[in-house]
Amino acid sequence: MAIIEVWYRLINLLPFSWSHYVFMKNALLAVLLVTPCFALLGTMVVNNRMAFFTDVLGHSALTGIAIGVILGIQDPTFPMIVLAVFLAVAINLLKDRTKASIDTVLGVLFAFIVALGIVILSRQGGFVKYTSYLIGDILAVSPQQIIWFFTITIVVLGYWYMAGNALILTSVNPSLARSRRVNTFLIETSFTIFLALVVIVSIRLVGILIINSLLVLPAAASRNFARNMHSYTLGAVIISIFSGITGLVVSYYWGTASGATIVLFAAALYGISALSGRWLIK
Amino acid sequence: MRNTCEHCCTKIDNLRVELGANIILDNVNLHVDCGEVIGVVGPNGAGKTTLLRTILGEIPYQGNIAFRISGSPAKKPKIGYVPQKLQFDLSSPISVTDLVASAISRKPIWAGVGKGLSEKVKGVLSLFSAEHLLKRRIGELSGGELQRMLLAIAMTSEPELLLLDEPASGVDVKGLSLFYRIVDDLRKKHDIAVILVTHDLAGVSCYVNRLILLNRSVIAEGVPQDVLSNEKLVKAFGPTLWNISCLPNSISKEDNNGNH
Repeated sequence: MAIIEVWYRLINLLPFSWSHYVFMKNALLAVLLVTPCFALLGTMVVNNRMAFFTDVLGHSALTGIAIGVILGIQDPTFPMIVLAVFLAVAINLLKDRTKASIDTVLGVLFAFIVALGIVILSRQGGFVKYTSYLIGDILAVSPQQIIWFFTITIVVLGYWYMAGNALILTSVNPSLARSRRVNTFLIETSFTIFLALVVIVSIRLVGILIINSLLVLPAAASRNFARNMHSYTLGAVIISIFSGITGLVVSYYWGTASGATIVLFAAALYGISALSGRWLIK
Repeated sequence: MRNTCEHCCTKIDNLRVELGANIILDNVNLHVDCGEVIGVVGPNGAGKTTLLRTILGEIPYQGNIAFRISGSPAKKPKIGYVPQKLQFDLSSPISVTDLVASAISRKPIWAGVGKGLSEKVKGVLSLFSAEHLLKRRIGELSGGELQRMLLAIAMTSEPELLLLDEPASGVDVKGLSLFYRIVDDLRKKHDIAVILVTHDLAGVSCYVNRLILLNRSVIAEGVPQDVLSNEKLVKAFGPTLWNISCLPNSISKEDNNGNH
Protein backbone atom coordinates (compact mmCIF):
# COMPACT_ATOMS: atom_id res chain seq x y z
CA MET A 1 0.00 0.00 0.00
CA ALA A 2 2.95 2.29 0.62
CA ILE A 3 3.78 2.07 -3.08
CA ILE A 4 0.30 3.26 -3.97
CA GLU A 5 0.74 6.27 -1.61
CA VAL A 6 3.97 7.16 -3.39
CA TRP A 7 2.16 6.84 -6.71
CA TYR A 8 -0.60 9.20 -5.55
CA ARG A 9 1.95 11.83 -4.60
CA LEU A 10 3.77 11.48 -7.90
CA ILE A 11 0.61 11.96 -9.92
CA ASN A 12 -0.36 14.96 -7.75
CA LEU A 13 2.67 16.73 -9.18
CA LEU A 14 1.11 16.68 -12.66
CA PRO A 15 -0.50 19.99 -13.68
CA PHE A 16 -3.80 18.49 -14.93
CA SER A 17 -7.30 18.68 -13.52
CA TRP A 18 -7.75 14.89 -13.72
CA SER A 19 -4.54 14.15 -11.85
CA HIS A 20 -6.06 15.23 -8.53
CA TYR A 21 -8.80 12.62 -8.48
CA VAL A 22 -8.04 9.39 -6.65
CA PHE A 23 -10.12 7.35 -9.09
CA MET A 24 -8.01 8.63 -12.00
CA LYS A 25 -4.78 7.86 -10.15
CA ASN A 26 -5.98 4.33 -9.48
CA ALA A 27 -7.19 3.90 -13.03
CA LEU A 28 -3.91 5.12 -14.50
CA LEU A 29 -1.93 2.70 -12.35
CA ALA A 30 -4.23 -0.16 -13.35
CA VAL A 31 -3.80 0.75 -17.02
CA LEU A 32 0.00 0.84 -16.68
CA LEU A 33 -0.03 -2.62 -15.10
CA VAL A 34 -2.54 -4.33 -17.36
CA THR A 35 -1.67 -2.98 -20.82
CA PRO A 36 1.86 -4.47 -21.03
CA CYS A 37 0.43 -7.88 -20.03
CA PHE A 38 -2.14 -7.68 -22.78
CA ALA A 39 0.51 -6.63 -25.28
CA LEU A 40 2.82 -9.55 -24.42
CA LEU A 41 0.11 -12.20 -24.50
CA GLY A 42 -1.38 -10.56 -27.58
CA THR A 43 1.79 -11.04 -29.64
CA MET A 44 1.34 -14.80 -29.38
CA VAL A 45 -2.45 -14.66 -29.76
CA VAL A 46 -1.99 -12.93 -33.11
CA ASN A 47 0.92 -15.15 -34.21
CA ASN A 48 -1.11 -18.27 -33.43
CA ARG A 49 -4.35 -16.89 -34.89
CA MET A 50 -6.16 -17.30 -31.59
CA ALA A 51 -8.21 -14.09 -31.68
CA PHE A 52 -11.53 -15.94 -31.85
CA PHE A 53 -10.43 -18.26 -29.05
CA THR A 54 -9.71 -15.37 -26.68
CA ASP A 55 -13.00 -13.73 -27.67
CA VAL A 56 -14.81 -16.88 -26.52
CA LEU A 57 -12.86 -16.76 -23.23
CA GLY A 58 -13.87 -13.13 -22.67
CA HIS A 59 -17.53 -13.80 -23.41
CA SER A 60 -17.56 -16.83 -21.12
CA ALA A 61 -17.50 -14.25 -18.31
CA LEU A 62 -21.27 -13.87 -18.79
CA THR A 63 -21.85 -17.49 -17.88
CA GLY A 64 -19.25 -17.24 -15.12
CA ILE A 65 -21.25 -14.41 -13.55
CA ALA A 66 -24.43 -16.46 -13.99
CA ILE A 67 -22.89 -19.45 -12.19
CA GLY A 68 -21.89 -17.08 -9.40
CA VAL A 69 -25.49 -15.87 -9.14
CA ILE A 70 -26.85 -19.42 -9.00
CA LEU A 71 -24.36 -20.35 -6.28
CA GLY A 72 -25.21 -17.17 -4.41
CA ILE A 73 -21.63 -15.82 -4.52
CA GLN A 74 -21.30 -12.03 -4.09
CA ASP A 75 -18.11 -11.55 -6.11
CA PRO A 76 -18.33 -13.63 -9.33
CA THR A 77 -14.59 -13.37 -10.09
CA PHE A 78 -13.88 -16.88 -8.84
CA PRO A 79 -16.54 -18.73 -10.89
CA MET A 80 -15.61 -16.58 -13.90
CA ILE A 81 -11.97 -17.63 -13.64
CA VAL A 82 -12.79 -21.30 -13.06
CA LEU A 83 -15.10 -21.42 -16.08
CA ALA A 84 -12.70 -19.57 -18.39
CA VAL A 85 -9.73 -21.73 -17.36
CA PHE A 86 -11.85 -24.86 -17.82
CA LEU A 87 -12.91 -23.72 -21.30
CA ALA A 88 -9.36 -22.75 -22.26
CA VAL A 89 -7.97 -26.15 -21.29
CA ALA A 90 -10.91 -28.03 -22.83
CA ILE A 91 -10.64 -26.21 -26.18
CA ASN A 92 -6.89 -26.78 -26.19
CA LEU A 93 -7.41 -30.53 -25.65
CA LEU A 94 -10.21 -30.66 -28.20
CA LYS A 95 -8.52 -28.83 -31.04
CA ASP A 96 -6.27 -31.77 -32.00
CA ARG A 97 -8.97 -34.36 -31.51
CA THR A 98 -11.87 -33.02 -33.48
CA LYS A 99 -12.50 -33.34 -37.18
CA ALA A 100 -14.63 -30.18 -37.24
CA SER A 101 -12.75 -26.97 -38.00
CA ILE A 102 -11.67 -25.12 -34.86
CA ASP A 103 -13.52 -22.05 -36.15
CA THR A 104 -16.79 -23.95 -36.16
CA VAL A 105 -16.19 -25.43 -32.70
CA LEU A 106 -15.46 -21.96 -31.31
CA GLY A 107 -18.45 -20.46 -33.09
CA VAL A 108 -20.79 -23.01 -31.55
CA LEU A 109 -19.23 -22.60 -28.13
CA PHE A 110 -19.39 -18.82 -28.37
CA ALA A 111 -23.12 -18.83 -29.14
CA PHE A 112 -23.87 -21.40 -26.45
CA ILE A 113 -21.89 -19.77 -23.66
CA VAL A 114 -23.26 -16.27 -24.33
CA ALA A 115 -26.84 -17.47 -24.65
CA LEU A 116 -26.61 -19.55 -21.48
CA GLY A 117 -25.24 -16.60 -19.52
CA ILE A 118 -27.91 -14.20 -20.79
CA VAL A 119 -30.74 -16.68 -20.13
CA ILE A 120 -29.70 -17.19 -16.51
CA LEU A 121 -28.96 -13.53 -15.82
CA SER A 122 -32.14 -12.25 -17.47
CA ARG A 123 -34.52 -14.27 -15.29
CA GLN A 124 -37.25 -11.94 -14.06
CA GLY A 125 -35.87 -9.13 -16.20
CA GLY A 126 -32.74 -8.73 -14.09
CA PHE A 127 -30.11 -8.40 -16.83
CA VAL A 128 -29.79 -4.61 -16.45
CA LYS A 129 -27.89 -5.20 -13.18
CA TYR A 130 -25.08 -6.81 -15.13
CA THR A 131 -24.66 -4.43 -18.05
CA SER A 132 -21.67 -2.83 -16.30
CA TYR A 133 -19.77 -6.02 -17.09
CA LEU A 134 -20.36 -5.46 -20.77
CA ILE A 135 -18.54 -2.14 -21.00
CA GLY A 136 -16.44 -2.24 -17.82
CA ASP A 137 -15.41 0.59 -15.54
CA ILE A 138 -11.73 1.37 -15.03
CA LEU A 139 -12.57 4.33 -12.81
CA ALA A 140 -14.06 2.01 -10.17
CA VAL A 141 -10.82 0.10 -9.67
CA SER A 142 -9.82 -0.22 -6.01
CA PRO A 143 -6.34 -0.26 -4.45
CA GLN A 144 -6.95 -3.93 -3.50
CA GLN A 145 -7.59 -4.77 -7.13
CA ILE A 146 -4.45 -2.89 -8.11
CA ILE A 147 -2.42 -5.13 -5.81
CA TRP A 148 -3.94 -8.06 -7.69
CA PHE A 149 -3.03 -6.57 -11.04
CA PHE A 150 0.47 -5.93 -9.80
CA THR A 151 0.86 -9.58 -8.76
CA ILE A 152 -0.53 -10.86 -12.05
CA THR A 153 1.72 -8.56 -14.08
CA ILE A 154 4.79 -9.84 -12.24
CA VAL A 155 3.71 -13.47 -12.76
CA VAL A 156 2.98 -12.94 -16.48
CA LEU A 157 6.35 -11.21 -16.98
CA GLY A 158 8.09 -14.10 -15.22
CA TYR A 159 6.19 -16.62 -17.31
CA TRP A 160 6.99 -14.76 -20.52
CA TYR A 161 10.66 -14.60 -19.55
CA MET A 162 10.86 -18.34 -18.96
CA ALA A 163 8.48 -19.68 -21.62
CA GLY A 164 8.90 -17.11 -24.42
CA ASN A 165 11.27 -19.14 -26.59
CA ALA A 166 9.34 -22.37 -26.10
CA LEU A 167 6.14 -20.58 -27.13
CA ILE A 168 7.76 -19.39 -30.35
CA LEU A 169 9.12 -22.84 -31.22
CA THR A 170 5.76 -24.47 -30.45
CA SER A 171 3.89 -21.94 -32.56
CA VAL A 172 6.18 -22.58 -35.53
CA ASN A 173 6.11 -26.38 -35.34
CA PRO A 174 5.15 -28.50 -32.31
CA SER A 175 7.21 -31.51 -33.46
CA LEU A 176 10.26 -29.32 -33.89
CA ALA A 177 9.65 -27.92 -30.41
CA ARG A 178 9.33 -31.41 -28.95
CA SER A 179 12.56 -32.46 -30.63
CA ARG A 180 14.16 -29.56 -28.70
CA ARG A 181 12.82 -31.00 -25.44
CA VAL A 182 9.95 -28.56 -25.11
CA ASN A 183 6.93 -29.95 -23.31
CA THR A 184 4.48 -28.56 -25.86
CA PHE A 185 1.40 -29.70 -23.95
CA LEU A 186 2.54 -27.86 -20.85
CA ILE A 187 3.44 -24.78 -22.88
CA GLU A 188 0.15 -24.62 -24.78
CA THR A 189 -1.92 -25.33 -21.68
CA SER A 190 -0.12 -22.83 -19.47
CA PHE A 191 -0.42 -20.16 -22.17
CA THR A 192 -4.18 -20.63 -22.50
CA ILE A 193 -4.56 -20.59 -18.70
CA PHE A 194 -2.67 -17.29 -18.49
CA LEU A 195 -4.86 -15.89 -21.26
CA ALA A 196 -8.01 -16.91 -19.41
CA LEU A 197 -6.71 -15.46 -16.16
CA VAL A 198 -5.63 -12.08 -17.52
CA VAL A 199 -8.73 -11.64 -19.66
CA ILE A 200 -11.14 -12.47 -16.83
CA VAL A 201 -9.38 -10.43 -14.17
CA SER A 202 -9.43 -7.42 -16.49
CA ILE A 203 -13.08 -7.81 -17.56
CA ARG A 204 -14.23 -5.28 -14.97
CA LEU A 205 -11.88 -2.68 -16.40
CA VAL A 206 -12.63 -2.91 -20.07
CA GLY A 207 -15.80 -4.95 -20.35
CA ILE A 208 -16.76 -8.19 -22.03
CA LEU A 209 -17.59 -6.60 -25.38
CA ILE A 210 -14.19 -5.18 -26.18
CA ILE A 211 -11.67 -6.92 -23.91
CA ASN A 212 -10.43 -8.99 -26.84
CA SER A 213 -9.41 -5.95 -28.83
CA LEU A 214 -6.90 -5.04 -26.11
CA LEU A 215 -5.17 -8.35 -26.81
CA VAL A 216 -5.35 -8.22 -30.58
CA LEU A 217 -4.94 -4.55 -31.59
CA PRO A 218 -1.50 -3.66 -30.14
CA ALA A 219 0.09 -6.83 -31.52
CA ALA A 220 -1.67 -6.49 -34.87
CA ALA A 221 -0.53 -2.88 -35.15
CA SER A 222 3.05 -3.74 -34.20
CA ARG A 223 3.18 -6.50 -36.81
CA ASN A 224 2.74 -3.97 -39.56
CA PHE A 225 6.29 -2.78 -39.16
CA ALA A 226 8.09 -5.33 -36.94
CA ARG A 227 10.94 -7.30 -38.48
CA ASN A 228 11.66 -9.62 -35.56
CA MET A 229 10.21 -10.76 -32.24
CA HIS A 230 12.03 -8.06 -30.29
CA SER A 231 10.66 -5.13 -32.29
CA TYR A 232 7.27 -6.87 -32.46
CA THR A 233 7.05 -7.20 -28.66
CA LEU A 234 8.45 -3.75 -27.98
CA GLY A 235 6.09 -2.16 -30.50
CA ALA A 236 3.06 -3.94 -29.06
CA VAL A 237 3.92 -2.92 -25.48
CA ILE A 238 4.47 0.72 -26.45
CA ILE A 239 1.27 0.89 -28.51
CA SER A 240 -0.67 -0.79 -25.71
CA ILE A 241 0.58 1.52 -22.96
CA PHE A 242 0.24 4.60 -25.17
CA SER A 243 -3.36 3.89 -26.16
CA GLY A 244 -4.12 2.95 -22.53
CA ILE A 245 -2.93 6.28 -21.12
CA THR A 246 -4.28 8.40 -23.98
CA GLY A 247 -7.65 6.66 -23.97
CA LEU A 248 -8.03 7.01 -20.22
CA VAL A 249 -7.18 10.71 -20.14
CA VAL A 250 -9.26 11.55 -23.20
CA SER A 251 -12.25 9.65 -21.77
CA TYR A 252 -12.02 11.94 -18.73
CA TYR A 253 -12.43 15.03 -20.91
CA TRP A 254 -14.99 13.49 -23.24
CA GLY A 255 -16.96 11.89 -20.43
CA THR A 256 -16.98 8.57 -22.25
CA ALA A 257 -16.44 4.95 -21.17
CA SER A 258 -12.67 4.60 -20.60
CA GLY A 259 -12.32 1.01 -21.88
CA ALA A 260 -13.95 1.78 -25.20
CA THR A 261 -11.98 5.01 -25.59
CA ILE A 262 -8.73 3.11 -25.03
CA VAL A 263 -9.73 0.55 -27.66
CA LEU A 264 -10.60 3.35 -30.08
CA PHE A 265 -7.07 4.76 -29.75
CA ALA A 266 -5.54 1.31 -30.21
CA ALA A 267 -7.66 0.84 -33.33
CA ALA A 268 -6.55 4.23 -34.66
CA LEU A 269 -2.91 3.27 -34.11
CA TYR A 270 -3.56 0.03 -35.96
CA GLY A 271 -4.97 2.01 -38.87
CA ILE A 272 -1.97 4.33 -38.94
CA SER A 273 0.52 1.46 -38.72
CA ALA A 274 -1.25 -0.47 -41.47
CA LEU A 275 -1.03 2.52 -43.80
CA SER A 276 2.50 3.59 -42.91
CA GLY A 277 3.79 0.01 -42.68
CA ARG A 278 3.16 -0.36 -46.40
CA TRP A 279 5.40 2.57 -47.16
CA LEU A 280 8.08 1.71 -44.64
CA ILE A 281 8.44 -1.96 -45.49
CA LYS A 282 8.51 -3.20 -49.02
CA MET B 1 17.86 -58.42 -45.94
CA ARG B 2 20.68 -57.01 -43.84
CA ASN B 3 19.67 -56.70 -40.25
CA THR B 4 22.88 -56.45 -38.33
CA CYS B 5 24.15 -53.63 -36.27
CA GLU B 6 27.85 -52.98 -36.35
CA HIS B 7 29.83 -50.62 -34.13
CA CYS B 8 27.15 -47.94 -33.88
CA CYS B 9 23.59 -47.77 -35.10
CA THR B 10 19.95 -47.01 -34.40
CA LYS B 11 17.87 -50.16 -34.39
CA ILE B 12 14.12 -50.49 -34.66
CA ASP B 13 12.70 -53.90 -33.73
CA ASN B 14 9.17 -55.21 -34.17
CA LEU B 15 7.64 -51.78 -34.27
CA ARG B 16 3.85 -51.76 -34.19
CA VAL B 17 1.65 -48.68 -34.11
CA GLU B 18 -2.12 -48.77 -33.78
CA LEU B 19 -4.37 -45.76 -34.08
CA GLY B 20 -7.85 -46.71 -32.94
CA ALA B 21 -8.79 -49.86 -34.83
CA ASN B 22 -6.22 -49.24 -37.58
CA ILE B 23 -2.80 -50.80 -37.63
CA ILE B 24 -0.58 -48.14 -39.19
CA LEU B 25 2.74 -49.89 -38.78
CA ASP B 26 3.29 -53.57 -38.15
CA ASN B 27 6.43 -55.61 -37.63
CA VAL B 28 8.76 -52.87 -38.83
CA ASN B 29 12.40 -53.84 -38.42
CA LEU B 30 15.12 -51.59 -39.64
CA HIS B 31 18.44 -50.25 -38.60
CA VAL B 32 20.52 -47.29 -39.64
CA ASP B 33 24.26 -47.42 -39.18
CA CYS B 34 26.02 -44.32 -38.02
CA GLY B 35 27.26 -42.48 -41.08
CA GLU B 36 24.54 -43.95 -43.25
CA VAL B 37 21.65 -42.24 -45.02
CA ILE B 38 18.57 -44.34 -45.61
CA GLY B 39 15.65 -43.20 -47.68
CA VAL B 40 12.16 -44.34 -46.70
CA VAL B 41 9.72 -44.34 -49.60
CA GLY B 42 6.21 -45.66 -49.93
CA PRO B 43 2.78 -44.78 -51.27
CA ASN B 44 0.50 -42.28 -49.53
CA GLY B 45 -0.82 -43.67 -46.27
CA ALA B 46 2.03 -46.19 -46.04
CA GLY B 47 2.92 -44.95 -42.55
CA LYS B 48 6.02 -42.91 -43.42
CA THR B 49 5.09 -39.87 -41.36
CA THR B 50 3.81 -42.11 -38.57
CA LEU B 51 7.21 -43.83 -38.53
CA LEU B 52 8.96 -40.49 -38.06
CA ARG B 53 6.54 -39.33 -35.39
CA THR B 54 6.93 -42.64 -33.59
CA ILE B 55 10.72 -42.33 -33.58
CA LEU B 56 10.26 -38.77 -32.31
CA GLY B 57 8.30 -40.21 -29.39
CA GLU B 58 5.00 -38.54 -30.26
CA ILE B 59 2.98 -41.69 -30.83
CA PRO B 60 2.71 -44.67 -28.46
CA TYR B 61 4.14 -47.87 -29.95
CA GLN B 62 4.99 -51.47 -29.25
CA GLY B 63 8.46 -52.74 -30.01
CA ASN B 64 11.85 -51.24 -29.49
CA ILE B 65 13.75 -48.22 -30.74
CA ALA B 66 17.32 -48.00 -29.46
CA PHE B 67 20.62 -46.41 -30.21
CA ARG B 68 23.51 -48.81 -29.75
CA ILE B 69 27.18 -48.05 -29.69
CA SER B 70 29.65 -50.85 -29.05
CA GLY B 71 30.71 -50.96 -25.43
CA SER B 72 27.74 -48.97 -24.12
CA PRO B 73 24.23 -50.05 -23.11
CA ALA B 74 21.43 -49.35 -25.58
CA LYS B 75 19.60 -46.07 -25.11
CA LYS B 76 17.16 -43.76 -26.83
CA PRO B 77 18.88 -41.94 -29.69
CA LYS B 78 19.37 -38.19 -29.52
CA ILE B 79 17.26 -36.95 -32.39
CA GLY B 80 17.54 -34.00 -34.72
CA TYR B 81 14.35 -33.33 -36.65
CA VAL B 82 13.76 -31.37 -39.83
CA PRO B 83 10.01 -30.95 -40.29
CA GLN B 84 8.36 -31.01 -43.68
CA LYS B 85 6.67 -27.70 -43.33
CA LEU B 86 6.14 -25.04 -40.75
CA GLN B 87 2.57 -24.13 -39.97
CA PHE B 88 3.26 -20.55 -39.04
CA ASP B 89 1.50 -17.53 -40.39
CA LEU B 90 3.70 -16.26 -43.24
CA SER B 91 3.47 -12.67 -42.03
CA SER B 92 4.70 -13.56 -38.51
CA PRO B 93 7.50 -11.21 -37.49
CA ILE B 94 9.81 -14.11 -36.56
CA SER B 95 13.27 -13.66 -38.02
CA VAL B 96 15.71 -16.47 -38.81
CA THR B 97 17.84 -15.26 -35.90
CA ASP B 98 14.77 -15.43 -33.64
CA LEU B 99 13.95 -19.02 -34.51
CA VAL B 100 17.52 -20.33 -34.31
CA ALA B 101 18.17 -18.42 -31.08
CA SER B 102 14.98 -19.65 -29.45
CA ALA B 103 16.01 -23.22 -30.28
CA ILE B 104 19.56 -22.98 -28.93
CA SER B 105 19.15 -20.61 -25.99
CA ARG B 106 16.93 -20.11 -23.00
CA LYS B 107 17.42 -16.35 -23.01
CA PRO B 108 14.07 -14.89 -24.04
CA ILE B 109 14.52 -13.52 -27.56
CA TRP B 110 11.56 -11.14 -27.29
CA ALA B 111 13.72 -9.14 -24.90
CA GLY B 112 16.34 -8.87 -27.65
CA VAL B 113 19.09 -11.11 -28.99
CA GLY B 114 22.40 -10.07 -27.43
CA LYS B 115 25.70 -9.88 -29.28
CA GLY B 116 27.05 -13.17 -27.96
CA LEU B 117 23.96 -15.13 -28.90
CA SER B 118 23.74 -13.36 -32.23
CA GLU B 119 27.33 -14.45 -33.05
CA LYS B 120 26.49 -17.99 -32.02
CA VAL B 121 23.47 -18.04 -34.33
CA LYS B 122 25.61 -16.71 -37.16
CA GLY B 123 28.13 -19.47 -36.52
CA VAL B 124 25.43 -22.12 -36.65
CA LEU B 125 23.99 -20.82 -39.93
CA SER B 126 27.34 -20.28 -41.62
CA LEU B 127 27.94 -24.04 -41.55
CA PHE B 128 24.92 -24.40 -43.81
CA SER B 129 25.50 -21.58 -46.30
CA ALA B 130 22.70 -19.65 -44.62
CA GLU B 131 24.33 -16.82 -42.67
CA HIS B 132 23.00 -14.24 -45.14
CA LEU B 133 19.46 -15.13 -43.99
CA LEU B 134 19.95 -13.95 -40.39
CA LYS B 135 17.69 -10.91 -40.56
CA ARG B 136 15.09 -12.28 -42.92
CA ARG B 137 11.66 -13.18 -41.65
CA ILE B 138 11.10 -16.94 -41.84
CA GLY B 139 8.02 -16.29 -43.98
CA GLU B 140 10.26 -14.73 -46.65
CA LEU B 141 12.53 -17.75 -47.09
CA SER B 142 12.42 -20.00 -50.14
CA GLY B 143 11.77 -23.70 -49.60
CA GLY B 144 15.48 -24.52 -49.84
CA GLU B 145 16.54 -21.75 -47.46
CA LEU B 146 13.93 -22.85 -44.94
CA GLN B 147 15.22 -26.44 -45.13
CA ARG B 148 18.81 -25.33 -44.56
CA MET B 149 17.80 -23.22 -41.57
CA LEU B 150 15.85 -26.12 -40.08
CA LEU B 151 18.77 -28.46 -40.72
CA ALA B 152 21.08 -26.00 -38.98
CA ILE B 153 18.74 -25.96 -35.98
CA ALA B 154 18.49 -29.76 -35.93
CA MET B 155 22.28 -30.16 -35.96
CA THR B 156 22.85 -27.87 -32.97
CA SER B 157 21.65 -30.58 -30.60
CA GLU B 158 24.45 -32.86 -31.92
CA PRO B 159 22.01 -35.62 -32.79
CA GLU B 160 22.84 -39.29 -33.20
CA LEU B 161 19.93 -39.74 -35.55
CA LEU B 162 18.73 -37.14 -38.02
CA LEU B 163 15.14 -37.33 -39.27
CA LEU B 164 14.28 -35.52 -42.49
CA ASP B 165 10.60 -35.29 -43.39
CA GLU B 166 9.95 -34.77 -47.11
CA PRO B 167 12.85 -32.39 -47.73
CA ALA B 168 11.98 -32.27 -51.44
CA SER B 169 8.57 -30.69 -51.02
CA GLY B 170 8.53 -27.04 -52.05
CA VAL B 171 12.25 -26.97 -52.85
CA ASP B 172 13.63 -26.32 -56.34
CA VAL B 173 16.15 -28.68 -57.94
CA LYS B 174 19.15 -26.50 -57.19
CA GLY B 175 18.14 -25.99 -53.55
CA LEU B 176 17.46 -29.69 -53.13
CA SER B 177 20.78 -30.73 -54.57
CA LEU B 178 22.56 -28.31 -52.19
CA PHE B 179 20.50 -29.68 -49.30
CA TYR B 180 21.36 -33.30 -50.10
CA ARG B 181 25.05 -32.40 -50.49
CA ILE B 182 25.04 -30.79 -47.04
CA VAL B 183 23.33 -33.85 -45.53
CA ASP B 184 25.90 -36.09 -47.19
CA ASP B 185 28.67 -33.94 -45.78
CA LEU B 186 27.16 -34.12 -42.29
CA ARG B 187 26.90 -37.87 -42.34
CA LYS B 188 30.55 -38.18 -43.30
CA LYS B 189 31.90 -35.55 -40.92
CA HIS B 190 29.80 -36.36 -37.87
CA ASP B 191 29.23 -40.07 -38.51
CA ILE B 192 25.55 -39.38 -38.09
CA ALA B 193 22.69 -41.71 -39.03
CA VAL B 194 20.04 -40.16 -41.27
CA ILE B 195 16.50 -41.30 -42.05
CA LEU B 196 15.01 -39.43 -44.97
CA VAL B 197 11.32 -39.84 -45.72
CA THR B 198 10.31 -38.78 -49.20
CA HIS B 199 8.05 -39.00 -52.22
CA ASP B 200 10.89 -37.95 -54.46
CA LEU B 201 11.90 -41.46 -55.44
CA ALA B 202 14.19 -40.82 -58.36
CA GLY B 203 15.86 -37.77 -56.82
CA VAL B 204 16.61 -39.34 -53.49
CA SER B 205 18.15 -42.49 -54.91
CA CYS B 206 21.32 -40.66 -55.76
CA TYR B 207 21.87 -39.50 -52.22
CA VAL B 208 21.05 -42.46 -50.00
CA ASN B 209 23.05 -45.55 -49.10
CA ARG B 210 19.98 -47.71 -48.79
CA LEU B 211 16.37 -47.39 -49.76
CA ILE B 212 13.48 -48.80 -47.72
CA LEU B 213 10.10 -49.40 -49.30
CA LEU B 214 7.53 -49.04 -46.55
CA ASN B 215 3.91 -50.00 -46.72
CA ARG B 216 2.77 -50.74 -43.17
CA SER B 217 5.92 -52.83 -42.84
CA VAL B 218 9.21 -52.99 -44.70
CA ILE B 219 8.37 -54.39 -48.16
CA ALA B 220 11.78 -54.12 -49.75
CA GLU B 221 15.19 -52.91 -48.66
CA GLY B 222 18.57 -52.54 -50.32
CA VAL B 223 20.71 -50.33 -52.49
CA PRO B 224 18.54 -47.89 -54.49
CA GLN B 225 19.01 -49.54 -57.88
CA ASP B 226 17.79 -52.91 -56.57
CA VAL B 227 14.82 -51.49 -54.70
CA LEU B 228 13.76 -49.31 -57.58
CA SER B 229 13.61 -52.27 -59.89
CA ASN B 230 11.70 -54.28 -57.30
CA GLU B 231 8.37 -55.46 -58.64
CA LYS B 232 6.62 -54.68 -55.36
CA LEU B 233 7.66 -51.06 -55.74
CA VAL B 234 6.34 -50.96 -59.25
CA LYS B 235 3.12 -52.37 -57.81
CA ALA B 236 3.00 -49.76 -55.05
CA PHE B 237 3.77 -46.75 -57.20
CA GLY B 238 2.51 -47.90 -60.57
CA PRO B 239 4.69 -48.70 -63.56
CA THR B 240 6.99 -45.73 -63.98
CA LEU B 241 10.32 -45.49 -65.66
CA TRP B 242 12.98 -44.55 -63.16
CA ASN B 243 15.72 -42.66 -64.78
CA ILE B 244 18.61 -42.77 -62.40
CA SER B 245 21.28 -40.49 -63.69
CA CYS B 246 22.94 -39.17 -60.58
CA LEU B 247 24.90 -35.94 -60.49
CA PRO B 248 28.66 -36.12 -59.94
CA ASN B 249 28.37 -35.18 -56.28
CA SER B 250 25.87 -37.89 -55.38
CA ILE B 251 26.58 -40.32 -52.61
CA SER B 252 27.62 -43.19 -54.88
CA LYS B 253 30.71 -41.24 -55.82
CA GLU B 254 32.47 -41.53 -52.49
CA ASP B 255 35.61 -39.90 -53.84
CA ASN B 256 33.79 -36.60 -54.05
CA ASN B 257 36.09 -34.16 -52.27
CA GLY B 258 33.32 -32.05 -50.67
CA ASN B 259 33.70 -28.65 -52.27
CA HIS B 260 32.17 -26.54 -49.49
